[in-house]
Amino acid sequence: MISLKRIVLDILKPHHPDALEFARSIAACGDDYHVLLTVIEMDEKTETLQVVVEGDDVDMDQVREAITRLGGSLHSIDVVEVQSAPDGE
Amino acid sequence: MALERIGFLLHITRSHGIIRRYFVVNGFDGALTMLGIVTGFYVGDTQDLQLVIGACVGAAIALTMSGLSSAYISERAERRKALAELEESMMADLGDSAHGSAVRWVPLLIAAVNGMAPLLLSLLITLPLALAQWGLPLPLSPLVMAMVTALAVIFLLGVFLGQIGQIFWLLSGAQTLIIALCTMVIILLVG
Repeated sequence: MISLKRIVLDILKPHHPDALEFARSIAACGDDYHVLLTVIEMDEKTETLQVVVEGDDVDMDQVREAITRLGGSLHSIDVVEVQSAPDGE
Repeated sequence: MALERIGFLLHITRSHGIIRRYFVVNGFDGALTMLGIVTGFYVGDTQDLQLVIGACVGAAIALTMSGLSSAYISERAERRKALAELEESMMADLGDSAHGSAVRWVPLLIAAVNGMAPLLLSLLITLPLALAQWGLPLPLSPLVMAMVTALAVIFLLGVFLGQIGQIFWLLSGAQTLIIALCTMVIILLVG
């Protein structure tokens, strides 16, 4: 079994919801997620974010769905950290 | 959950202020219109309460329909424009996002508030007339009671505005009340 431990995302989003709500919504996708959000750039209507999501096993589909629901657009996955373990563990 | 969702959509579109504004503006329209109608009947010394109630309810329904349709059409157009601009900036389709949902639901909500505000306030002002029609005793004549109710409603709308603008409640209430009293005086003079 391979678990996704850490992922760094490049996201473009509208100003609303704000960074705090955006980070909270992503964190709410799991029980043990640690989310670090950094606003990289801000334009008139949008802002570019770097979002780091850490967890025991991050569910990327749910994270992606939350981003889309909040009006964000996932531009790239910049860093991925996975860990394998024998099946059944 | 639905309320939470509505709150979220209003939040991301920053619509709380717009809804408040629509409530006050159209509520004020409704209350002042009722005051005008009732004062007009008072000047004409009308005794037929059924006629007065009919005129008030008719005007209230017209104000409601006007509020519902005008707010929905204008808000939907504005929201669609804002979404199109945002989609252009994002270079993405936001139809499935909260912003897309907001374009569909927020105009409906704003229209409901815009339509219901004059209806509820108008019915409240018409209530003394209906009570008299049903045979309940009133301390003053039904038309005077309706006028007093209208003035009270308009005063309270002013107080509500004062709360929003952090103005002393008595001052903001007095401002709207003066407008209502001026309207009454003009009708009484014309009549």
